[in-house]
Amino acid sequence: MPLLKLRESQIMKIHYLTGICAVFFVAIHILFRLIMPFGQSLEFHNVVANYHNMYYVILLELILVFISIHGFNGLRIILIELKQNQWWESTITILVLAAMIGVVAYGTRTIIIGSQL
Amino acid sequence: MSEETNKIKLKVYRTNYNKEESPHYDEFEVSVKRWTTVLDALLDAKSYSDSSLGIRYSCRMASCGSCGMKINGKPRLACYTKISELNDQTIVCDPLPSFPRIRDLVTDFTEFFSHHKKIEPYIHNEKVPIEVVNKDDLVEFKQTPEDVDKYLQFSYCIKCGLCYSACPTVATDTKFPGPQALSQTYRYMADNRDSGESTRLDIIDDRHGIWRCHFAGSCSNVCPKGVDPALGIQLLKGHLIGITKNDKKIATLRSKEE
Repeated sequence: MPLLKLRESQIMKIHYLTGICAVFFVAIHILFRLIMPFGQSLEFHNVVANYHNMYYVILLELILVFISIHGFNGLRIILIELKQNQWWESTITILVLAAMIGVVAYGTRTIIIGSQL
Repeated sequence: MSEETNKIKLKVYRTNYNKEESPHYDEFEVSVKRWTTVLDALLDAKSYSDSSLGIRYSCRMASCGSCGMKINGKPRLACYTKISELNDQTIVCDPLPSFPRIRDLVTDFTEFFSHHKKIEPYIHNEKVPIEVVNKDDLVEFKQTPEDVDKYLQFSYCIKCGLCYSACPTVATDTKFPGPQALSQTYRYMADNRDSGESTRLDIIDDRHGIWRCHFAGSCSNVCPKGVDPALGIQLLKGHLIGITKNDKKIATLRSKEE
């Protein structure tokens, strides 16, 4: 699997970049909440209206992808420090990748349903 | 000229795995003066109280790196730590954490040295013969003081293992090379006589390599020689992800006539 053969420096480059991008896009996401009173921005019809804005949908999808990659790689780093053997490392990497794909797929499904694309 | 003498209590961790002795602390009362080091106090206890006390030491001047131990909770060299600077009437000596224990304060450095050996800590250069049989084959590089300054502080490392024992990642990950080996990788990368950069970077760019350093900085905090391993590690990381470039020009050889 090519993903498993990435050098650690390449993985960490992705990790840092996704982290920076996530902070940037989450900041935009929070700013969206401030264009009207905060409580009002979380009302049902306003949230649904956000999902019908294509730019906002792209923003949500990007946040989902960046946070998933960054977060699950962070989890992999923590877990591979627990045990030092090839089986554990490969198992953790595969499980974390599978979980990441699962979360991104489920999140994307929610975004698509919400936006009625 | 008389000097004030104080009495202090020395608590020393004792165990002998060959005799299945359960770990415990022995206490010794030792007379100390202003300049007495922890090693002096331990040797006093060994000479006059218990000759079976296990300590490793050699130079007594912070050059050999043999007498590393945890003194009052912090890894230090016993020969370089004066009792007066600890400001405590009870001095607790433990073996270095993260090292396998042999007996009392003596720990096993096999794994530590194997990490050091793995990064090939010597000059890689095609122009330098690996074995010099004939004296005329000896070569000398031309280096400016500025070239030397780039790696000088890292070459002060005496391999005492204090940084290794203070590192929180080493405590959980036995495959992690540790701050000593990683800072020595930087030392050779910054040295313009060396051309083995890619070989060493391949070794440390591993799942349990340099990226497992979380920059706690404890290594630099305990180094008795003023080396900053954390700095070397961060500079290496920057180089690996392409933020900084190593634009060194390999040093030329000095000809016999020069």
